[in-house]
Amino acid sequence: MKLIYLMIVLAPLAGAIVAGFFGGRIGRVWSHRATIAGVGVSAVLSLWVLARFIWGDAQTFNGAVYTWLVSDGMRFEVGFLVDRLTALMMATVTFVSLMVHVYTIGYMADDAHNWPEGALTGRNSYQRFFAYISLFTFSMLMLVMSNNFMQLFFGWEAVGLVSYLLIGFWSVRESAIFANLKAFLVNRVGDFGFILGIAAIGMYFGSMDYAEVFAKAPALADAEVAVFGGVSLMTLVCILLFIGAMGKSAQVPLHVWLPDSMEGPTPISALIHAATMVTAGIFMVARMSPLFELSATALSFVLLVGAATAFFMGLIGLVQNDIKRVVAYSTLSQLGYMTAALGASAYAAGIFHLMTHAFFKALLFLAAGSVIIAMHHDQDMRNMGGLRKYMPITWATALIGSLALIAFPGFSGFFSKDAIIEAVGDAHIFGAGLAWLLLTVGAFITVLYSFRMYYLVFHGAPRMDEHTRSHLHETPWVVTIPLIALAVPSVALGWMTVEPLLVNNWLGDAIYVKPEHDSLHHLAEHWHGQIAFILHGMGALPFWLSMGGLVLATAVWLVMHKSNPNIDTELQAKGGWVTRLLQDKYGFDDFNQKIFAGGGLDLGRFLWQAGDRTFIDGAVVNGSARVVGYLADVMRHLQTGYLYHYAIAMIVGLVALLTLFVAF
Amino acid sequence: MLPQFPWLSLVIWLPIIGGLAVIANGDKNAELTKRMALAVAVATFVASLPLWLLFEPGTAAMQFVERGQWIPAISVEYYLGVDGISMPLILLTTFVTIFVIIAGWEVITYRPSYYMGAFLIMTGIMVGVFSALDAILFYFFWEAMLIPMFIIIGVWGGPNRVYATIKFFLYTFFGSVFMLVALIYMYFQADSFSIPDFHGLQLGMTAQVLIFLAFLIAFAVKVPMFPVHTWLPDAHVEAPTGGSVILAAIMLKIGGYGFLRFSLPVTPDASASLDWLIIALSLIAVVYIGFVALVQDDMKKLIAYSSIAHMGFVTLGFFVVFSIVRHTGSADGAAMGIAGGMVQMISHGFISGALFLCVGVLYDRMHSRKIADYGGVINTMPWFGAFMVFFAMANAGLPGTSGFVGEFMVILASFRADFWYALLAATTLILAAAFTLWMVKRVVFGPVGNAQVAVLKDLDRRETLNLGALAVATLAIGLWPKPLVDVMEPSIQHLVDHIQVSKLPERAAIRVQAVPQAVGEPANLAQLLPRTD
Repeated sequence: MKLIYLMIVLAPLAGAIVAGFFGGRIGRVWSHRATIAGVGVSAVLSLWVLARFIWGDAQTFNGAVYTWLVSDGMRFEVGFLVDRLTALMMATVTFVSLMVHVYTIGYMADDAHNWPEGALTGRNSYQRFFAYISLFTFSMLMLVMSNNFMQLFFGWEAVGLVSYLLIGFWSVRESAIFANLKAFLVNRVGDFGFILGIAAIGMYFGSMDYAEVFAKAPALADAEVAVFGGVSLMTLVCILLFIGAMGKSAQVPLHVWLPDSMEGPTPISALIHAATMVTAGIFMVARMSPLFELSATALSFVLLVGAATAFFMGLIGLVQNDIKRVVAYSTLSQLGYMTAALGASAYAAGIFHLMTHAFFKALLFLAAGSVIIAMHHDQDMRNMGGLRKYMPITWATALIGSLALIAFPGFSGFFSKDAIIEAVGDAHIFGAGLAWLLLTVGAFITVLYSFRMYYLVFHGAPRMDEHTRSHLHETPWVVTIPLIALAVPSVALGWMTVEPLLVNNWLGDAIYVKPEHDSLHHLAEHWHGQIAFILHGMGALPFWLSMGGLVLATAVWLVMHKSNPNIDTELQAKGGWVTRLLQDKYGFDDFNQKIFAGGGLDLGRFLWQAGDRTFIDGAVVNGSARVVGYLADVMRHLQTGYLYHYAIAMIVGLVALLTLFVAF
Repeated sequence: MLPQFPWLSLVIWLPIIGGLAVIANGDKNAELTKRMALAVAVATFVASLPLWLLFEPGTAAMQFVERGQWIPAISVEYYLGVDGISMPLILLTTFVTIFVIIAGWEVITYRPSYYMGAFLIMTGIMVGVFSALDAILFYFFWEAMLIPMFIIIGVWGGPNRVYATIKFFLYTFFGSVFMLVALIYMYFQADSFSIPDFHGLQLGMTAQVLIFLAFLIAFAVKVPMFPVHTWLPDAHVEAPTGGSVILAAIMLKIGGYGFLRFSLPVTPDASASLDWLIIALSLIAVVYIGFVALVQDDMKKLIAYSSIAHMGFVTLGFFVVFSIVRHTGSADGAAMGIAGGMVQMISHGFISGALFLCVGVLYDRMHSRKIADYGGVINTMPWFGAFMVFFAMANAGLPGTSGFVGEFMVILASFRADFWYALLAATTLILAAAFTLWMVKRVVFGPVGNAQVAVLKDLDRRETLNLGALAVATLAIGLWPKPLVDVMEPSIQHLVDHIQVSKLPERAAIRVQAVPQAVGEPANLAQLLPRTD
């Protein structure tokens, strides 16, 4: 089995190396063939592994590949832990990645236009892009398949590196290289907490290995650490680790990088910034459930951060005009839902939503990308409209994605999101009530921004210029096939997997939930099949809020928009300070820019000028040189060269010495 | 090969004699001279390989020992030997020298024979520093090192080279005078200049503190530690590329090596009571220098400041041992801190060397080190851009590169000492990424900055070879640091055991329990120590 797992990880890496180092020589076609072959092998094997877990008798695999380092008795290994949770993640990651690889053939086909004349970076950009996304797949697999914290951090940073490279892919654009630096640094703030959490685990658990750490956790459940006036060890460790998750999974206030990451090409927005990398934090917390379960404080923190992200980031989606940014804020909001599920100890529901979201959000992003191709890389929804007629496949798949996103009964998102809201409602930890309220109202907002986008893009009168309109047509098959392939699970996956995942506890040992925290038992006990679940959901508040939202969105952006094409702008103007607050994204960006970026530079300048130049160099170093010079000046007067000066000095000295002897 | 073969003498004297020969050969046939210099450098590296291949792992004893009379009147010996701490540093020295020679191939037109010769002699001297086991021999090499460096910066340096060389010389000379006094004092105590004898010396607390401070001044200047670091940015800015590489990659390591060879084992009690000073200075180096590096507008200065911040990690790792024992009651994890510092030194040798080579590549083409003069370099130099981004990431401590290994180990170790040490040290994750990647953004990425950038030529074969070899080394250690750490582990474990035994004559007990809460330690630090339950 180890060989299979190694192949799953290394096949994409091999593809990345081929396309990255030899892309120029082997050309575009062979580069995408090599990378797709690599990821394809990985995807097929991952699905096979998953199938063996579902229908076969696969056992959890936990083994080392090689020993990275042994220091002071602590072993750092590179190894794999493959259980049901991992298998699920592997299949999701490689499948979405494969779809994105195929889609990229179409999306990046004429990438040469995105580079200035003569720029050498543009020459093999197509091959390089494939190399990066394959490298990403490798990194993500290393992350999810890790069996220890060191390798987890390796994967964690490696996906961050690829994200950095891909956000800044069009490196000639100032906005892109601003966004990628911002993304990397904000993620580093999260990693700062994360590595301290790992260090704490190293100190108190004496191991980097998951299995050993989890085995020791119950014994340390009540341990106290004398930091910040004494806190529970578990709370400290979990919150530090979760700060890492807040960076990677873009939770408030470390969410600021994700909207800007839309500067990258759309395929990676789908793969990295929606379906997989940003869910690494969710996966990590679920993986660490044996630790998080031991700290109710940390769980409350997770829950509230998640709920706040879900609600407040969804609101911003309402005022965005860039099609990708609407989807990006929607991603933030959905990540908030997943995080809230973790906080409510409904890890299975969080992972379930992670999976369904990976498909329908990748679908939405790729559909948006398809629209962007047709619109000649114009992303402003104000210039779109009526695309339904021109792009039927994109339209149909985008509608499916939107329905899944708003949790329309029967679609995959319905099962996962409804389960999360129910679980949070059933949770008893601090903040659960508030979180439930935010998530429930959030469902209403989700529908508003989703269908605002849907109607503005696909319905109404076409608003693009004549040139663009005359060239509008459906995108080629390499683009539409992945859309269709992702639309299928967006419809059906929820129905198929809700029962094993949430009711029959398919994840099993991979997740640990304290009995008193179990917020999914209610759902499991009252389980009477999918239809009953749907009917039950249709009697609950979130459903009615969603449907209310759907009616409202239809009324405003479909019906009223027909008679008044400026309705959207007018509504925003009416919003007054609320609109401004949302357009400013609550001021996070300005604050960070002024306080952290500006403040950091000011502090650096001050320390450099005042400390290094004025004090150390000016006063001490050059000062002592001046003192030496001055003393030499003074001493020089002693050597006058006149004999009588020396004679007098000798006599004075002699008298002084004699006096000394006589007096004492 | 017999173990008695004087490998160390060979590695010391081969480059020195070879360097003299290169100089004697003159500049008439410059091409031949350069080839000769390269041959000597490669031969030296090859000659140093047996030190690793024949190295006996699993022991802390000195190996490849050579011992003979030198000045019998004051019992000064020609006494060489290496252990797991010095051997990797010697290999680093001989390895990096090759690239320094190659980097100077075309750009040095003024008297290349002297330039190459000076570097070769320098290599021999530095190997001498790492392998000397006699204090006077060590001091001899230590001071001799200044001369070639002085000449390299003074002759082939930038416009402000006179100020920089004088500052460099006086700073480092100021440091070493105190060390000489300490060495002579210990000679009178031990009646020998042998460093292993110094290790066994019983010393009173006052003597230890004075010796510790004398060493501290010498080594702190070399490392350099805050606040005696200001010579480094000036020296780097004025030095030619090769000079910067040697300075950053090797010379700074000599300070760190000194702490392990002298300060800790000779004066453990003083180290234990004054460790707060080193830790404070190290953390200042990480945080303060991190901010200072952020605002540099000269690439070399920025990398120089980055070096200071990274060397802060080294000294932090070396000196957290006492806090760990005080806090957790055992020395578990202390060796990880020291090993982490060592790995950081080796790794920094590759990364900072490579970054200075990168700046050199640009400087050779544009004759400017100012960040503002660049922008969008990747448009005309994609391969260079790839290397630059790679080494920048390594500098920011990305896992998979060697830059991560040392930082990770030191953070893990310092967490055992004190939560706040680890917290401050971990800020490097943000700061190092900020100053390095911001520079990359302004230099490498973006639209073509100006007409000069628009006509830049990408790396030639020689430059690709240089950067490629260092990249391979950086990756190799990042992906599999085990062989390196395994070599060092016994010596480091031995050191950790050694420094836990008090050397105060009146107390032979385990020192760490005998000494009360460290003398002069700020009270608030002690209160914040977390306790295990």
